[in-house]
Amino acid sequence: MIRVMLPQHLRTLAQVSQEVELPVEGAKTISSVVEELVIQYPMLRGTIVDQVSGQRRPYIRFFACGQDLSLEPPDTLLPEAVVAGAQPFRIVGAMAGG
Amino acid sequence: MSGVRLLVGTHKGAFILSSDAKRKNWDVQGPLFAGWEIYHMNGSPADPQRLYASQSNGWFGQVIQRSNDGGQTWEAVGNKFAYEGVPGTHQWYDGSQRPWEFKRVWMLQPSLTDPDTVFAGAEDAALFRSTDGGQNWQELPGLRAAKGHLWQPGAGGMCLHTILFDPGNPQRIFVAISAAGAFRSDDDGQTWLPINRGLISPGELPDKSAEVGHCVHNLAMHPARPGVLFMQKHWDVMRSNDAGDSWQEVSGNLPSDFGFPIAVHAHEPDTIYVVPIKSDSEHYPPDGKLRVYRSRSGGNEWEALTNGLPQKDCYVNVLRSALAVDTLDSCGIYFGTTGGQVYASIDSGDSWTPIVRDLPKVLSVEVQTLP
Repeated sequence: MIRVMLPQHLRTLAQVSQEVELPVEGAKTISSVVEELVIQYPMLRGTIVDQVSGQRRPYIRFFACGQDLSLEPPDTLLPEAVVAGAQPFRIVGAMAGG
Repeated sequence: MSGVRLLVGTHKGAFILSSDAKRKNWDVQGPLFAGWEIYHMNGSPADPQRLYASQSNGWFGQVIQRSNDGGQTWEAVGNKFAYEGVPGTHQWYDGSQRPWEFKRVWMLQPSLTDPDTVFAGAEDAALFRSTDGGQNWQELPGLRAAKGHLWQPGAGGMCLHTILFDPGNPQRIFVAISAAGAFRSDDDGQTWLPINRGLISPGELPDKSAEVGHCVHNLAMHPARPGVLFMQKHWDVMRSNDAGDSWQEVSGNLPSDFGFPIAVHAHEPDTIYVVPIKSDSEHYPPDGKLRVYRSRSGGNEWEALTNGLPQKDCYVNVLRSALAVDTLDSCGIYFGTTGGQVYASIDSGDSWTPIVRDLPKVLSVEVQTLP
């Protein structure tokens, strides 16, 4: 299972607590985890990756094991610790505003 | 027992204010969708229990929520708003061209007859329609064919903020866009005609013959007289007696003809309401006095309605979708302010009482009159 941490607004929207667990089949990549997330929680579709452009939303960042994966290609394999469930994949709303 | 339900969208969530027909005691439900911007929430005229809400923010984009039980429970429905074909470009603030880019839904207008059919007014300006309760959305691209390359954003963005249906003609739809103008379709949204003749905007649009580019803030219509339209423009309050083919100014004795919302009394088609704001650069009431202005003659002669409203040191604004009327025998008028107050009048505006005083900035107010 892949553990995913969501920002507050998306936890509210999905009606979940801080962390969700996802049964991701095949390669554990950024895109496969995000796609499984919106399959399990369809109300999140379009809130992380724009549905028309297919691009990560500008104020969304991806982190895992202390690394910023936001600018890595979507098919980037996640770190072993995330695949093993020891560490979460973090979806973060970038700090902005005052 | 009949009653009213106010659907209030704010900068940080939605609220539902409910009362019986006396409209003295109010139940406040919310915040719903806490922390999100709710640009608009609206109910189906065909099924008052069917509600739609536009939920968005700058981080996570657009979500559309639907309720089948009058707002007790909600479910997220479709939120893919894709422009038809190659979207093309529109004018930017500096006169350059910029590609169309979807940002949010400003207005949700359910069909008069079918709860599953609902229209969405978008920024960047376009009209979308769903016929399956909001699951899937299709653009009506004929609107942007009405000289869309000359449309430009107003200060709040290039938004389609007003959608009106003609109850006597299901083929006829009116929309308004800042800053493009008013448009009419007579074929159920397939093709559109700019209806801006008579609008004059010398400060913003020197070309007096410009068909589009006008900053229309809001339109209103009485359902019994759909050929008569009222408009609050960036400056000027306007009236059309021919379904928008031509417009005449009816600002008359208003202290300022700048403002955002306009509404028509439920039972008196010539009684209209506006909330004057000092200017385009000072979005608050003149002299710090919050006054709704009422005309009982369809414009030109206006009276200030002040009873119960702050008449000193008040510097809030009332946004374009934040003024609405109920259809009870004694017509109720409601508006929300950028300071978080929602005021109610149950006597056509003669006197006002705050229902709530401390909500987040109010973006929109709709009223449902319940059987």
